[in-house]
Amino acid sequence: MKFGRRQFLRTGLAGSLLLSFSGWLNAAGPRRFSDAERAMLGAVVNAMLDGVLPAQGQQRRPLVARTVDGIASAVGGLSAASQQEIGELFGLLVIAPARLMLAGVSKPWSEASVAEVGEFLQSWRSSRLSLLQSAYGALHDLTYGAWYGRPETWEAISYPGPPRGYF
Amino acid sequence: MEDPIRVGLAGGWKHIDASALPHSQTIDTDVLIVGTGAGGGVTADLLSASGLRVVLIEEGPLRSSSDFKMLESEAYPELYQESAARKTADKAINILQGRCVGGSTTVNWTSSFRTPPEVFDFWQQRFGLQELSAESMSSWFAVMEHKLWVRPWDTPPNANNKVLAAGAEKLGIAVGDIKRNVKGCWNLGYCGMGCPTNAKQSMLLTTIPAALNRGATLYTRLRAERLRFDGSQVSALDCSALQPDGIHLSGRRLRFRARHFVVAAGAIGSPALLMRSSCPDPYRLLGKRTFLHPVVISSAIMAHRVDAYAGAPQSIFSDHFLRQAPIDGPLGFKLETPPLHPVLYSTTLQGYGEAHARLMREFTKANVVLALLRDGFHPESRGGRVRLGAGRLPVLDYPLGEVIWEAARRALLAMAEIQFAAGARWVIPVHETTPGYTSWAAARKGIAELPLEPFLCRVVSAHVMGGCGMADAPHRGVVDHRGRHFWLDNLSVLDGSVFPTSLGVNPQLSIYGLVARNASLLAAELSGKPRPAIP
Repeated sequence: MKFGRRQFLRTGLAGSLLLSFSGWLNAAGPRRFSDAERAMLGAVVNAMLDGVLPAQGQQRRPLVARTVDGIASAVGGLSAASQQEIGELFGLLVIAPARLMLAGVSKPWSEASVAEVGEFLQSWRSSRLSLLQSAYGALHDLTYGAWYGRPETWEAISYPGPPRGYF
Repeated sequence: MEDPIRVGLAGGWKHIDASALPHSQTIDTDVLIVGTGAGGGVTADLLSASGLRVVLIEEGPLRSSSDFKMLESEAYPELYQESAARKTADKAINILQGRCVGGSTTVNWTSSFRTPPEVFDFWQQRFGLQELSAESMSSWFAVMEHKLWVRPWDTPPNANNKVLAAGAEKLGIAVGDIKRNVKGCWNLGYCGMGCPTNAKQSMLLTTIPAALNRGATLYTRLRAERLRFDGSQVSALDCSALQPDGIHLSGRRLRFRARHFVVAAGAIGSPALLMRSSCPDPYRLLGKRTFLHPVVISSAIMAHRVDAYAGAPQSIFSDHFLRQAPIDGPLGFKLETPPLHPVLYSTTLQGYGEAHARLMREFTKANVVLALLRDGFHPESRGGRVRLGAGRLPVLDYPLGEVIWEAARRALLAMAEIQFAAGARWVIPVHETTPGYTSWAAARKGIAELPLEPFLCRVVSAHVMGGCGMADAPHRGVVDHRGRHFWLDNLSVLDGSVFPTSLGVNPQLSIYGLVARNASLLAAELSGKPRPAIP
């Protein structure tokens, strides 16, 4: 890898090339989420689940963290190729210039508001670039899968859970 | 609840979890079968019954009723390809496919239909498959229906299926009852997470135990990598053991030598194995014409509780919209319902934030109807293509073209009209640009204008077919009507990958019937015993 990240971004930020998920960041394969990735995912979860999470920040934070844990374990169940693609997406989103130029989020993830992150999600959801649309889809499915996979979330949707006690 | 798989294992079944193997090794057998789903299961049963030594290999794990806890968070990573998030290469279509002993039959929703006569007619005309017809296959379907308890389902449909029936009836649209392969079903509704009561007569509970009782050997967590050739003979299959995570390789390699090799790895896995092996493919047909029954989805909020997580997931269907045009005309579609569980429903629904939360709060009142588009008959519906990606593992390209979207729009309209006729308060096509409609008039106008494109309109699939299509001659197919490879003498493909088009019905019984026929012919040939009496 001859290019440094900054140089690559400066020269290649035509969007789709950068997002070709070419493996330039994560050639080493799957690994645990970094703190920066957890912060990014926390911001995504916080916006995606707005309307589900309690309004109060103090009650909200541990639930966001648990959902990020759920995402981490879900990613671990994907194929090696999918894990690499997801890793590349996350690795990209935590680089400040990419966050700014591709996601349009000007503040660090940990300081971004629900509205700002919501705008980013909406812009990818309705993007003309299929790579951004598919990346939105990945964030959507990972977030809701991690949230509604936990029995504690079922009461709010009146789902009684699977039948118990017969077996 | 007795777990017949654990009982069998305790009684000495030969099951080898390859992730625990300390050494590489070479194994000899009569027949090696790749895959344990609808194709591999039936093959193992029939070949072992004729006295042949059989080895089955499976990439997924062996799990059984004691493990089936009716929890999505456990079932999807354990029992499905890619944790139930397998996707086409462009990520625009999500594919549900099993990856465990029993394959998709362990996690399907039990719907059982024979291959429709018009499909056989099309195969005869376009692919020269004169030997296969509704009449000639009738006995084979009957044999498998009997064996797997395929029966009319006498219990009243659950409220989710009742919405489809009631709305269709109001509009004069014919519906039918779905037969199911269950014995003593408790009507719980968790078929998709593995049957916890051993009612579903999947391969896991029927053909595979039968083969194991006759001394067959089952390897799990073992990936078929490459067939080896000696002239026009397959001489060996090289396999790689996986780690217990089922994803990474353990480093142990197994080589199997056999008289005959059966590939039954499903319509993505089978063509991929033949491609990795560089099987002869002079007409470049391998992996092409892969069909999905692409599904579009309509959600509705009813005035009453539906509780679509409870009760047999699919009991009502309508083929009304398969009969509006010739089979090779504009794509027809079959209507069915899915079970709704929180993860499957929430990840499928469009949107985020409050808009999504609002729909989820109505979870227990949600009805969902599915339209399965019958691909592969219209001249422009040529399906997808399997190719090899990273790690020489398969990826599927499936372009969503105009013939698909034209049918998708008709399907979204038809489903919304049925749901409103059944009393829906709010109908939400699963599409990113609409929040849904509160009247049929608004839906009719709105759906007519929806931009139908990948990612905007959610498309899913649970039926992967084709890729090793059968035909009368090698320039039209990869295998013949018996599933025999045109260029390799001792190689058969016995699974849903041989279908030259989609089916217009849920595929399990079509695979059981055709494989029962072809494995019986193979068993007679390999064992020297008489051919089966039925044609």
